Amino acid sequence: MRRSGWLASPLLWVGLLFAALLLRMEALRPFFRWAFPDVTPVIYDRASFLELFLAHLALVATASFAAALAGVALAIFVTRPLGREFRTMVDTLAAIGQTIPPVAVLAIAVPLLGFGARPTVIALFVYGLLPIIENAVAGLEGVPFDVKEAADGIGLSPRQRLFAVELPLAAPVILAGIRVSVTIAIGTATIGSTVGALTLGTPIFDGLVADKLPFVIEGAVLVALFAILTDMLFARLDRRLRRVVR
Amino acid sequence: MIELDHITKRYDGRTVVDALSLAVPTGEFCVLLGSSGCGKSTTLRMINRLVVADAGTIRVDGADVTGLSPELLRRRIGYAIQSTGLFPHWTVADNIATVPRLLKWPEPRVAQRVDQLLELFRLDPAGYRRKYPHQLSGGEQQRVGVARALAADPELLLMDEPFAAVDPITRDALQGELARLHRATGKTIVFVTHDIEEALRLATSIAIMDKGRIVQRAAPPDLLEHPANDFVRDFVGRQGLGLKLLSVRRVADHLRRDETAEGEPVPQDASLRDALSAMTARHADRLPVADAAGRLVGVITLADLVR
Repeated sequence: MRRSGWLASPLLWVGLLFAALLLRMEALRPFFRWAFPDVTPVIYDRASFLELFLAHLALVATASFAAALAGVALAIFVTRPLGREFRTMVDTLAAIGQTIPPVAVLAIAVPLLGFGARPTVIALFVYGLLPIIENAVAGLEGVPFDVKEAADGIGLSPRQRLFAVELPLAAPVILAGIRVSVTIAIGTATIGSTVGALTLGTPIFDGLVADKLPFVIEGAVLVALFAILTDMLFARLDRRLRRVVR
Repeated sequence: MIELDHITKRYDGRTVVDALSLAVPTGEFCVLLGSSGCGKSTTLRMINRLVVADAGTIRVDGADVTGLSPELLRRRIGYAIQSTGLFPHWTVADNIATVPRLLKWPEPRVAQRVDQLLELFRLDPAGYRRKYPHQLSGGEQQRVGVARALAADPELLLMDEPFAAVDPITRDALQGELARLHRATGKTIVFVTHDIEEALRLATSIAIMDKGRIVQRAAPPDLLEHPANDFVRDFVGRQGLGLKLLSVRRVADHLRRDETAEGEPVPQDASLRDALSAMTARHADRLPVADAAGRLVGVITLADLVR
Protein backbone atom coordinates (compact mmCIF):
# COMPACT_ATOMS: atom_id res chain seq x y z
CA MET A 1 0.00 0.00 0.00
CA ARG A 2 1.22 3.53 -0.75
CA ARG A 3 2.40 5.63 2.17
CA SER A 4 -0.11 8.40 1.56
CA GLY A 5 -2.94 5.83 1.45
CA TRP A 6 -1.85 4.55 4.79
CA LEU A 7 -1.82 8.01 6.31
CA ALA A 8 -5.28 8.76 4.94
CA SER A 9 -6.73 5.60 6.48
CA PRO A 10 -9.52 6.35 8.98
CA LEU A 11 -8.38 3.28 10.91
CA LEU A 12 -5.17 5.08 11.92
CA TRP A 13 -6.93 8.22 13.11
CA VAL A 14 -9.71 6.45 14.98
CA GLY A 15 -7.05 4.27 16.60
CA LEU A 16 -5.00 7.30 17.66
CA LEU A 17 -8.09 9.05 19.05
CA PHE A 18 -9.05 5.92 21.01
CA ALA A 19 -5.53 5.48 22.40
CA ALA A 20 -5.32 9.15 23.35
CA LEU A 21 -8.63 9.10 25.25
CA LEU A 22 -7.71 5.82 26.89
CA LEU A 23 -4.37 7.07 28.21
CA ARG A 24 -4.95 10.82 28.54
CA MET A 25 -8.59 11.40 29.46
CA GLU A 26 -7.06 13.77 32.01
CA ALA A 27 -6.44 16.27 29.25
CA LEU A 28 -10.20 16.77 28.92
CA ARG A 29 -10.58 17.71 32.60
CA PRO A 30 -10.95 21.50 31.81
CA PHE A 31 -13.65 20.71 29.28
CA PHE A 32 -15.62 18.48 31.66
CA ARG A 33 -15.19 21.02 34.48
CA TRP A 34 -16.61 23.69 32.24
CA ALA A 35 -19.50 21.52 31.05
CA PHE A 36 -20.32 20.00 34.46
CA PRO A 37 -19.37 22.62 37.07
CA ASP A 38 -21.36 20.84 39.84
CA VAL A 39 -19.70 17.43 39.53
CA THR A 40 -16.45 16.34 41.28
CA PRO A 41 -14.44 14.54 40.27
CA VAL A 42 -15.25 14.92 36.58
CA ILE A 43 -12.86 12.18 35.39
CA TYR A 44 -13.62 8.63 36.48
CA ASP A 45 -10.89 7.67 38.95
CA ARG A 46 -11.79 4.39 40.61
CA ALA A 47 -9.81 2.50 37.98
CA SER A 48 -7.69 3.59 35.02
CA PHE A 49 -9.40 3.51 31.65
CA LEU A 50 -6.56 1.36 30.34
CA GLU A 51 -7.19 -1.21 33.06
CA LEU A 52 -10.94 -1.19 32.26
CA PHE A 53 -10.26 -1.53 28.56
CA LEU A 54 -7.88 -4.46 29.01
CA ALA A 55 -10.41 -6.26 31.22
CA HIS A 56 -13.16 -5.50 28.68
CA LEU A 57 -10.95 -6.74 25.86
CA ALA A 58 -10.13 -9.93 27.75
CA LEU A 59 -13.84 -10.68 28.33
CA VAL A 60 -14.78 -10.10 24.69
CA ALA A 61 -11.74 -11.91 23.31
CA THR A 62 -12.34 -14.97 25.49
CA ALA A 63 -16.06 -15.16 24.77
CA SER A 64 -15.78 -14.38 21.05
CA PHE A 65 -12.85 -16.72 20.49
CA ALA A 66 -14.77 -19.55 22.15
CA ALA A 67 -17.94 -18.65 20.21
CA ALA A 68 -16.06 -18.54 16.92
CA LEU A 69 -14.41 -21.88 17.58
CA ALA A 70 -17.63 -23.54 18.73
CA GLY A 71 -19.77 -21.85 16.08
CA VAL A 72 -17.56 -22.77 13.14
CA ALA A 73 -17.08 -26.30 14.51
CA LEU A 74 -20.86 -26.74 14.82
CA ALA A 75 -21.40 -25.32 11.34
CA ILE A 76 -18.84 -27.75 9.91
CA PHE A 77 -20.51 -30.60 11.77
CA VAL A 78 -24.04 -29.87 10.54
CA THR A 79 -22.88 -29.47 6.93
CA ARG A 80 -21.20 -32.93 6.89
CA PRO A 81 -23.26 -35.99 5.92
CA LEU A 82 -22.91 -37.29 9.48
CA GLY A 83 -24.33 -34.17 11.16
CA ARG A 84 -26.95 -33.12 8.64
CA GLU A 85 -29.77 -34.37 10.85
CA PHE A 86 -28.68 -32.05 13.65
CA ARG A 87 -28.94 -28.98 11.45
CA THR A 88 -32.41 -27.89 12.59
CA MET A 89 -31.63 -28.57 16.22
CA VAL A 90 -28.45 -26.49 16.19
CA ASP A 91 -30.21 -23.67 14.34
CA THR A 92 -33.01 -23.65 16.90
CA LEU A 93 -30.70 -23.72 19.91
CA ALA A 94 -28.59 -20.88 18.53
CA ALA A 95 -31.72 -18.85 17.79
CA ILE A 96 -32.95 -19.37 21.35
CA GLY A 97 -29.54 -18.24 22.62
CA GLN A 98 -29.96 -15.07 20.59
CA THR A 99 -33.55 -14.48 21.77
CA ILE A 100 -32.85 -14.57 25.50
CA PRO A 101 -31.62 -11.12 26.55
CA PRO A 102 -28.03 -11.17 27.84
CA VAL A 103 -29.29 -9.71 31.11
CA ALA A 104 -31.44 -12.79 31.59
CA VAL A 105 -28.43 -15.03 30.90
CA LEU A 106 -26.56 -13.09 33.56
CA ALA A 107 -29.46 -13.52 35.97
CA ILE A 108 -29.33 -17.27 35.45
CA ALA A 109 -25.53 -17.50 35.42
CA VAL A 110 -24.79 -15.46 38.54
CA PRO A 111 -26.39 -17.86 41.05
CA LEU A 112 -24.47 -20.71 39.40
CA LEU A 113 -21.10 -19.08 38.79
CA GLY A 114 -21.06 -16.17 41.22
CA PHE A 115 -20.33 -12.54 40.46
CA GLY A 116 -17.59 -11.23 38.20
CA ALA A 117 -16.17 -12.03 34.82
CA ARG A 118 -17.27 -15.67 34.46
CA PRO A 119 -21.05 -15.19 34.07
CA THR A 120 -20.33 -12.32 31.68
CA VAL A 121 -18.15 -14.50 29.45
CA ILE A 122 -20.88 -17.16 29.41
CA ALA A 123 -23.57 -14.61 28.49
CA LEU A 124 -21.44 -13.14 25.71
CA PHE A 125 -20.60 -16.61 24.39
CA VAL A 126 -24.23 -17.73 24.25
CA TYR A 127 -25.36 -14.46 22.76
CA GLY A 128 -22.63 -14.35 20.15
CA LEU A 129 -23.01 -17.89 18.85
CA LEU A 130 -25.96 -17.41 16.48
CA PRO A 131 -24.47 -14.96 13.94
CA ILE A 132 -21.34 -17.10 13.73
CA ILE A 133 -23.19 -20.38 13.17
CA GLU A 134 -25.64 -18.84 10.71
CA ASN A 135 -22.92 -17.27 8.62
CA ALA A 136 -20.61 -20.27 8.75
CA VAL A 137 -23.41 -22.60 7.61
CA ALA A 138 -24.39 -20.19 4.85
CA GLY A 139 -20.76 -19.85 3.80
CA LEU A 140 -20.12 -23.58 3.71
CA GLU A 141 -23.36 -24.26 1.89
CA GLY A 142 -22.57 -21.48 -0.56
CA VAL A 143 -19.53 -23.31 -1.90
CA PRO A 144 -20.65 -24.24 -5.45
CA PHE A 145 -21.75 -27.84 -5.82
CA ASP A 146 -19.58 -28.43 -8.87
CA VAL A 147 -16.46 -27.32 -6.99
CA LYS A 148 -17.15 -29.81 -4.19
CA GLU A 149 -18.01 -32.47 -6.76
CA ALA A 150 -14.75 -31.85 -8.61
CA ALA A 151 -12.79 -31.90 -5.34
CA ASP A 152 -14.22 -35.34 -4.56
CA GLY A 153 -13.89 -36.52 -8.14
CA ILE A 154 -10.19 -35.80 -8.45
CA GLY A 155 -9.38 -37.46 -5.14
CA LEU A 156 -9.35 -34.99 -2.25
CA SER A 157 -10.23 -36.68 1.03
CA PRO A 158 -13.19 -35.17 2.94
CA ARG A 159 -10.73 -33.47 5.31
CA GLN A 160 -8.64 -32.06 2.45
CA ARG A 161 -11.79 -30.85 0.74
CA LEU A 162 -12.87 -29.05 3.91
CA PHE A 163 -9.56 -27.34 4.64
CA ALA A 164 -8.27 -26.70 1.12
CA VAL A 165 -11.52 -25.84 -0.64
CA GLU A 166 -14.61 -25.30 1.52
CA LEU A 167 -13.22 -23.25 4.42
CA PRO A 168 -11.13 -20.89 2.24
CA LEU A 169 -14.10 -20.27 -0.06
CA ALA A 170 -16.46 -19.77 2.88
CA ALA A 171 -13.96 -17.63 4.81
CA PRO A 172 -15.31 -14.17 3.88
CA VAL A 173 -18.85 -15.16 4.92
CA ILE A 174 -17.61 -16.83 8.11
CA LEU A 175 -15.57 -13.73 8.94
CA ALA A 176 -18.64 -11.52 8.43
CA GLY A 177 -20.45 -13.56 11.09
CA ILE A 178 -17.56 -13.26 13.54
CA ARG A 179 -17.41 -9.53 12.86
CA VAL A 180 -21.08 -9.04 13.75
CA SER A 181 -20.71 -11.24 16.82
CA VAL A 182 -17.61 -9.45 18.15
CA THR A 183 -19.06 -5.99 17.56
CA ILE A 184 -22.23 -6.94 19.45
CA ALA A 185 -20.16 -8.49 22.23
CA ILE A 186 -18.17 -5.28 22.77
CA GLY A 187 -21.40 -3.36 23.40
CA THR A 188 -23.06 -6.13 25.37
CA ALA A 189 -20.04 -6.69 27.65
CA THR A 190 -20.77 -3.37 29.36
CA ILE A 191 -23.72 -4.93 31.22
CA GLY A 192 -21.22 -7.32 32.81
CA SER A 193 -20.44 -4.41 35.09
CA THR A 194 -23.83 -4.92 36.76
CA VAL A 195 -22.61 -8.27 38.08
CA GLY A 196 -19.17 -7.04 39.07
CA ALA A 197 -17.08 -7.64 35.95
CA LEU A 198 -14.64 -4.86 35.22
CA THR A 199 -15.39 -3.31 31.81
CA LEU A 200 -15.63 0.07 30.13
CA GLY A 201 -19.28 -0.17 31.21
CA THR A 202 -18.22 0.24 34.84
CA PRO A 203 -17.94 4.05 34.65
CA ILE A 204 -21.27 4.11 32.84
CA PHE A 205 -23.10 2.23 35.60
CA ASP A 206 -21.22 3.98 38.40
CA GLY A 207 -22.09 7.28 36.77
CA LEU A 208 -25.76 6.34 36.47
CA VAL A 209 -25.92 5.21 40.10
CA ALA A 210 -24.07 8.23 41.49
CA ASP A 211 -25.71 10.66 39.06
CA LYS A 212 -22.37 11.64 37.52
CA LEU A 213 -22.97 12.23 33.82
CA PRO A 214 -19.29 12.79 32.89
CA PHE A 215 -18.50 9.16 33.90
CA VAL A 216 -21.31 7.93 31.64
CA ILE A 217 -20.02 9.98 28.72
CA GLU A 218 -16.42 8.86 29.21
CA GLY A 219 -17.35 5.17 29.36
CA ALA A 220 -19.82 5.37 26.48
CA VAL A 221 -17.42 7.20 24.15
CA LEU A 222 -14.65 4.69 24.82
CA VAL A 223 -16.94 1.69 24.26
CA ALA A 224 -18.24 3.19 21.03
CA LEU A 225 -14.73 3.91 19.75
CA PHE A 226 -13.61 0.41 20.74
CA ALA A 227 -16.50 -1.11 18.74
CA ILE A 228 -15.91 1.13 15.72
CA LEU A 229 -12.18 0.44 15.74
CA THR A 230 -12.75 -3.32 15.92
CA ASP A 231 -15.23 -3.16 13.06
CA MET A 232 -12.69 -1.25 10.97
CA LEU A 233 -10.05 -3.88 11.70
CA PHE A 234 -12.44 -6.58 10.53
CA ALA A 235 -13.22 -4.59 7.39
CA ARG A 236 -9.50 -4.50 6.62
CA LEU A 237 -9.16 -8.23 7.30
CA ASP A 238 -12.14 -8.86 5.03
CA ARG A 239 -10.56 -6.92 2.15
CA ARG A 240 -7.33 -8.84 2.57
CA LEU A 241 -9.22 -12.15 2.57
CA ARG A 242 -11.22 -11.29 -0.53
CA ARG A 243 -8.05 -10.43 -2.39
CA VAL A 244 -6.95 -14.03 -1.91
CA VAL A 245 -10.33 -15.72 -2.21
CA ARG A 246 -12.12 -14.79 -5.37
CA MET B 1 -9.68 -51.80 -18.81
CA ILE B 2 -12.98 -51.09 -17.07
CA GLU B 3 -15.62 -53.73 -16.49
CA LEU B 4 -19.09 -52.98 -15.24
CA ASP B 5 -20.89 -56.16 -14.32
CA HIS B 6 -24.66 -55.97 -13.81
CA ILE B 7 -24.56 -52.72 -11.88
CA THR B 8 -27.80 -51.27 -10.59
CA LYS B 9 -28.58 -47.94 -8.95
CA ARG B 10 -31.93 -46.91 -7.51
CA TYR B 11 -32.99 -43.55 -6.14
CA ASP B 12 -36.15 -43.55 -4.01
CA GLY B 13 -37.31 -46.80 -5.57
CA ARG B 14 -36.73 -45.52 -9.10
CA THR B 15 -34.22 -47.60 -11.03
CA VAL B 16 -31.77 -45.24 -12.70
CA VAL B 17 -29.24 -47.82 -13.82
CA ASP B 18 -30.62 -51.27 -14.45
CA ALA B 19 -28.27 -54.28 -14.31
CA LEU B 20 -25.95 -52.61 -16.78
CA SER B 21 -22.86 -54.41 -18.06
CA LEU B 22 -20.15 -52.75 -20.07
CA ALA B 23 -16.51 -53.53 -20.78
CA VAL B 24 -14.20 -50.78 -21.98
CA PRO B 25 -10.88 -52.20 -23.19
CA THR B 26 -7.66 -50.25 -22.65
CA GLY B 27 -7.18 -47.49 -25.20
CA GLU B 28 -10.82 -47.29 -26.19
CA PHE B 29 -12.72 -44.00 -26.42
CA CYS B 30 -16.13 -45.11 -25.22
CA VAL B 31 -19.01 -42.64 -25.41
CA LEU B 32 -22.11 -43.15 -23.29
CA LEU B 33 -24.81 -41.54 -25.38
CA GLY B 34 -28.40 -40.87 -24.37
CA SER B 35 -30.95 -38.24 -23.50
CA SER B 36 -31.03 -36.70 -20.03
CA GLY B 37 -32.19 -39.04 -17.31
CA CYS B 38 -31.09 -42.19 -19.10
CA GLY B 39 -28.54 -42.99 -16.40
CA LYS B 40 -25.36 -42.21 -18.32
CA SER B 41 -23.91 -39.77 -15.79
CA THR B 42 -24.81 -42.03 -12.89
CA THR B 43 -23.06 -44.89 -14.64
CA LEU B 44 -19.94 -42.77 -15.13
CA ARG B 45 -19.96 -41.61 -11.52
CA MET B 46 -20.16 -45.17 -10.26
CA ILE B 47 -16.82 -45.93 -11.92
CA ASN B 48 -14.96 -43.54 -9.59
CA ARG B 49 -17.37 -44.23 -6.72
CA LEU B 50 -18.85 -40.74 -6.54
CA VAL B 51 -22.03 -42.79 -6.65
CA VAL B 52 -22.12 -46.14 -4.90
CA ALA B 53 -23.77 -48.93 -6.88
CA ASP B 54 -26.60 -50.80 -5.16
CA ALA B 55 -25.71 -54.04 -6.89
CA GLY B 56 -23.13 -55.41 -9.29
CA THR B 57 -19.38 -55.08 -9.44
CA ILE B 58 -17.07 -52.58 -11.11
CA ARG B 59 -13.48 -53.52 -11.88
CA VAL B 60 -10.72 -51.16 -12.97
CA ASP B 61 -7.74 -53.08 -14.34
CA GLY B 62 -9.15 -56.21 -12.77
CA ALA B 63 -9.47 -54.80 -9.24
CA ASP B 64 -12.90 -54.40 -7.66
CA VAL B 65 -13.31 -50.67 -6.93
CA THR B 66 -15.14 -51.31 -3.66
CA GLY B 67 -11.92 -52.81 -2.32
CA LEU B 68 -9.98 -49.58 -2.93
CA SER B 69 -10.02 -46.36 -0.94
CA PRO B 70 -12.15 -43.87 -2.91
CA GLU B 71 -9.45 -41.17 -2.73
CA LEU B 72 -6.66 -43.42 -3.98
CA LEU B 73 -8.91 -44.77 -6.75
CA ARG B 74 -9.90 -41.27 -7.89
CA ARG B 75 -6.31 -40.00 -7.97
CA ARG B 76 -5.63 -42.70 -10.58
CA ILE B 77 -8.65 -41.69 -12.68
CA GLY B 78 -8.92 -38.32 -14.40
CA TYR B 79 -12.30 -36.63 -13.97
CA ALA B 80 -13.62 -33.65 -15.92
CA ILE B 81 -17.13 -32.20 -15.74
CA GLN B 82 -19.27 -29.75 -17.68
CA SER B 83 -19.01 -26.90 -15.18
CA THR B 84 -15.23 -27.54 -14.79
CA GLY B 85 -15.36 -27.29 -10.97
CA LEU B 86 -12.10 -25.36 -10.97
CA PHE B 87 -11.14 -24.08 -7.52
CA PRO B 88 -11.87 -20.34 -7.81
CA HIS B 89 -9.36 -19.36 -5.10
CA TRP B 90 -6.45 -21.16 -6.75
CA THR B 91 -4.42 -20.12 -9.79
CA VAL B 92 -4.50 -22.10 -13.01
CA ALA B 93 -1.17 -23.70 -12.06
CA ASP B 94 -2.37 -24.68 -8.59
CA ASN B 95 -5.58 -26.13 -10.01
CA ILE B 96 -3.71 -28.29 -12.49
CA ALA B 97 -1.19 -29.28 -9.80
CA THR B 98 -3.87 -30.58 -7.42
CA VAL B 99 -3.54 -34.31 -8.01
CA PRO B 100 0.27 -34.39 -8.51
CA ARG B 101 0.57 -32.61 -5.14
CA LEU B 102 -1.85 -35.05 -3.53
CA LEU B 103 0.43 -37.78 -4.88
CA LYS B 104 3.38 -35.90 -3.33
CA TRP B 105 5.32 -35.34 -6.53
CA PRO B 106 8.43 -33.23 -5.96
CA GLU B 107 7.66 -29.57 -6.69
CA PRO B 108 10.00 -29.15 -9.74
CA ARG B 109 8.30 -32.12 -11.40
CA VAL B 110 4.87 -30.61 -10.63
CA ALA B 111 5.84 -27.27 -12.18
CA GLN B 112 7.25 -28.99 -15.24
CA ARG B 113 4.06 -31.04 -15.66
CA VAL B 114 1.86 -27.95 -15.33
CA ASP B 115 3.76 -26.15 -18.09
CA GLN B 116 3.69 -29.24 -20.28
CA LEU B 117 -0.10 -29.51 -19.96
CA LEU B 118 -0.65 -25.80 -20.57
CA GLU B 119 1.37 -26.11 -23.76
CA LEU B 120 -0.55 -29.24 -24.75
CA PHE B 121 -3.78 -27.23 -24.54
CA ARG B 122 -2.25 -24.26 -26.33
CA LEU B 123 -2.26 -21.94 -23.33
CA ASP B 124 1.01 -20.03 -23.01
CA PRO B 125 2.41 -21.08 -19.58
CA ALA B 126 4.00 -17.70 -18.85
CA GLY B 127 0.69 -15.94 -19.40
CA TYR B 128 -1.71 -18.43 -17.88
CA ARG B 129 0.10 -20.05 -14.94
CA ARG B 130 -0.79 -17.31 -12.47
CA LYS B 131 -4.25 -16.42 -13.70
CA TYR B 132 -7.35 -17.24 -11.70
CA PRO B 133 -10.26 -19.20 -13.21
CA HIS B 134 -12.55 -16.15 -13.33
CA GLN B 135 -10.03 -14.43 -15.61
CA LEU B 136 -10.40 -17.15 -18.26
CA SER B 137 -12.94 -17.60 -21.05
CA GLY B 138 -15.28 -20.59 -20.92
CA GLY B 139 -13.19 -22.52 -23.40
CA GLU B 140 -9.97 -21.80 -21.50
CA GLN B 141 -11.57 -22.87 -18.22
CA GLN B 142 -12.63 -26.11 -19.87
CA ARG B 143 -9.09 -26.70 -21.16
CA VAL B 144 -7.72 -26.15 -17.66
CA GLY B 145 -10.38 -28.51 -16.28
CA VAL B 146 -9.29 -31.24 -18.67
CA ALA B 147 -5.61 -30.44 -17.99
CA ARG B 148 -6.27 -30.92 -14.27
CA ALA B 149 -7.88 -34.26 -14.99
CA LEU B 150 -4.81 -35.32 -16.96
CA ALA B 151 -2.23 -33.89 -14.57
CA ALA B 152 -1.07 -37.07 -12.88
CA ASP B 153 -1.09 -38.89 -16.23
CA PRO B 154 -3.96 -41.26 -15.34
CA GLU B 155 -4.50 -44.28 -17.56
CA LEU B 156 -8.22 -43.68 -17.39
CA LEU B 157 -10.21 -40.52 -18.00
CA LEU B 158 -13.88 -39.97 -17.13
CA MET B 159 -15.58 -36.99 -18.77
CA ASP B 160 -19.14 -35.86 -18.08
CA GLU B 161 -20.38 -33.63 -20.92
CA PRO B 162 -17.21 -31.55 -20.63
CA PHE B 163 -17.90 -29.45 -23.72
CA ALA B 164 -21.66 -28.97 -23.40
CA ALA B 165 -21.46 -25.44 -21.98
CA VAL B 166 -19.05 -23.86 -24.46
CA ASP B 167 -19.87 -22.17 -27.76
CA PRO B 168 -19.89 -24.29 -30.96
CA ILE B 169 -16.58 -22.98 -32.32
CA THR B 170 -14.75 -23.58 -29.06
CA ARG B 171 -16.43 -26.97 -28.72
CA ASP B 172 -15.20 -27.94 -32.16
CA ALA B 173 -11.65 -26.92 -31.21
CA LEU B 174 -11.80 -28.75 -27.88
CA GLN B 175 -13.14 -31.91 -29.54
CA GLY B 176 -10.27 -31.73 -32.00
CA GLU B 177 -7.76 -31.40 -29.15
CA LEU B 178 -9.28 -34.29 -27.25
CA ALA B 179 -9.27 -36.52 -30.33
CA ARG B 180 -5.63 -35.60 -30.95
CA LEU B 181 -4.82 -36.34 -27.31
CA HIS B 182 -6.51 -39.70 -27.46
CA ARG B 183 -4.64 -40.68 -30.61
CA ALA B 184 -1.35 -39.49 -29.12
CA THR B 185 -1.63 -41.09 -25.67
CA GLY B 186 -3.96 -44.06 -26.16
CA LYS B 187 -5.67 -43.37 -22.85
CA THR B 188 -8.87 -45.15 -22.01
CA ILE B 189 -11.67 -42.59 -22.01
CA VAL B 190 -15.28 -42.90 -20.93
CA PHE B 191 -17.18 -39.84 -22.13
CA VAL B 192 -20.80 -38.94 -21.45
CA THR B 193 -22.79 -36.82 -23.90
CA HIS B 194 -26.27 -36.35 -25.33
CA ASP B 195 -24.86 -34.96 -28.57
CA ILE B 196 -24.84 -37.54 -31.35
CA GLU B 197 -22.49 -35.48 -33.54
CA GLU B 198 -19.98 -35.24 -30.70
CA ALA B 199 -20.24 -38.98 -30.08
CA LEU B 200 -19.71 -39.82 -33.76
CA ARG B 201 -16.72 -37.54 -33.96
CA LEU B 202 -14.88 -38.73 -30.86
CA ALA B 203 -15.85 -42.31 -30.10
CA THR B 204 -14.16 -45.51 -31.09
CA SER B 205 -17.18 -47.18 -29.53
CA ILE B 206 -20.62 -45.79 -28.66
CA ALA B 207 -22.98 -47.21 -26.04
CA ILE B 208 -26.49 -45.84 -26.54
CA MET B 209 -28.42 -45.80 -23.29
CA ASP B 210 -32.12 -45.64 -22.49
CA LYS B 211 -33.88 -46.14 -19.15
CA GLY B 212 -30.74 -47.28 -17.38
CA ARG B 213 -29.79 -49.91 -19.94
CA ILE B 214 -27.48 -50.08 -22.90
CA VAL B 215 -29.59 -50.38 -26.02
CA GLN B 216 -26.76 -50.84 -28.47
CA ARG B 217 -22.99 -50.86 -28.33
CA ALA B 218 -21.16 -50.39 -31.61
CA ALA B 219 -18.47 -48.51 -33.46
CA PRO B 220 -19.84 -45.25 -34.92
CA PRO B 221 -20.23 -46.45 -38.56
CA ASP B 222 -21.94 -49.69 -37.45
CA LEU B 223 -24.33 -47.77 -35.26
CA LEU B 224 -25.40 -45.69 -38.25
CA GLU B 225 -25.57 -48.56 -40.73
CA HIS B 226 -27.03 -51.22 -38.48
CA PRO B 227 -29.16 -49.64 -35.76
CA ALA B 228 -30.41 -52.36 -33.43
CA ASN B 229 -33.96 -51.04 -33.19
CA ASP B 230 -36.24 -48.06 -33.75
CA PHE B 231 -35.03 -46.30 -30.61
CA VAL B 232 -31.47 -46.20 -31.93
CA ARG B 233 -32.71 -45.29 -35.41
CA ASP B 234 -34.66 -42.36 -33.97
CA PHE B 235 -31.82 -41.32 -31.72
CA VAL B 236 -29.15 -41.18 -34.40
CA GLY B 237 -31.71 -39.40 -36.57
CA ARG B 238 -33.31 -40.61 -39.76
CA GLN B 239 -32.69 -37.20 -41.32
CA GLY B 240 -29.18 -36.57 -42.51
CA LEU B 241 -28.10 -40.17 -41.97
CA GLY B 242 -26.01 -40.08 -45.13
CA LEU B 243 -24.12 -37.00 -43.97
CA LYS B 244 -23.49 -38.61 -40.58
CA LEU B 245 -22.11 -41.66 -42.36
CA LEU B 246 -19.79 -39.42 -44.33
CA SER B 247 -18.66 -37.80 -41.09
CA VAL B 248 -17.53 -41.10 -39.54
CA ARG B 249 -15.68 -42.35 -42.64
CA ARG B 250 -12.18 -41.23 -43.36
CA VAL B 251 -10.67 -40.03 -46.59
CA ALA B 252 -7.74 -42.44 -46.10
CA ASP B 253 -10.08 -45.43 -46.58
CA HIS B 254 -11.54 -44.20 -49.90
CA LEU B 255 -8.38 -43.02 -51.50
CA ARG B 256 -7.19 -43.60 -55.09
CA ARG B 257 -3.45 -43.87 -54.85
CA ASP B 258 -1.23 -43.25 -57.90
CA GLU B 259 -3.50 -40.50 -59.21
CA THR B 260 -3.15 -36.76 -59.01
CA ALA B 261 -5.43 -33.74 -59.05
CA GLU B 262 -5.15 -29.97 -59.01
CA GLY B 263 -5.77 -27.71 -56.01
CA GLU B 264 -5.33 -27.51 -52.27
CA PRO B 265 -5.04 -31.04 -50.80
CA VAL B 266 -7.34 -32.36 -48.07
CA PRO B 267 -5.69 -34.23 -45.15
CA GLN B 268 -6.07 -38.02 -45.33
CA ASP B 269 -7.44 -38.24 -41.78
CA ALA B 270 -10.24 -35.77 -42.62
CA SER B 271 -13.77 -37.18 -42.82
CA LEU B 272 -15.56 -37.77 -46.11
CA ARG B 273 -17.93 -35.08 -44.99
CA ASP B 274 -15.07 -32.58 -44.95
CA ALA B 275 -14.06 -33.79 -48.42
CA LEU B 276 -17.61 -33.36 -49.74
CA SER B 277 -17.74 -29.94 -48.24
CA ALA B 278 -14.49 -28.96 -49.92
CA MET B 279 -15.65 -30.35 -53.31
CA THR B 280 -18.95 -28.45 -53.07
CA ALA B 281 -17.25 -25.21 -52.13
CA ARG B 282 -14.64 -25.49 -54.89
CA HIS B 283 -16.94 -26.87 -57.61
CA ALA B 284 -14.53 -29.81 -58.00
CA ASP B 285 -15.27 -33.54 -58.17
CA ARG B 286 -11.65 -34.58 -57.54
CA LEU B 287 -9.36 -33.42 -54.75
CA PRO B 288 -5.73 -34.26 -54.00
CA VAL B 289 -5.07 -35.89 -50.61
CA ALA B 290 -2.06 -35.29 -48.38
CA ASP B 291 -0.73 -37.14 -45.33
CA ALA B 292 0.08 -35.56 -41.98
CA ALA B 293 3.49 -34.44 -43.29
CA GLY B 294 1.84 -32.71 -46.26
CA ARG B 295 3.03 -35.22 -48.89
CA LEU B 296 0.51 -35.98 -51.64
CA VAL B 297 -0.68 -39.56 -51.31
CA GLY B 298 -3.53 -39.75 -53.86
CA VAL B 299 -6.91 -38.46 -54.91
CA ILE B 300 -10.48 -38.62 -53.69
CA THR B 301 -13.38 -38.27 -56.13
CA LEU B 302 -17.08 -37.53 -55.73
CA ALA B 303 -17.95 -41.05 -56.83
CA ASP B 304 -15.64 -42.50 -54.17
CA LEU B 305 -17.71 -40.84 -51.45
CA VAL B 306 -20.70 -43.11 -52.04
CA ARG B 307 -18.80 -46.31 -52.74
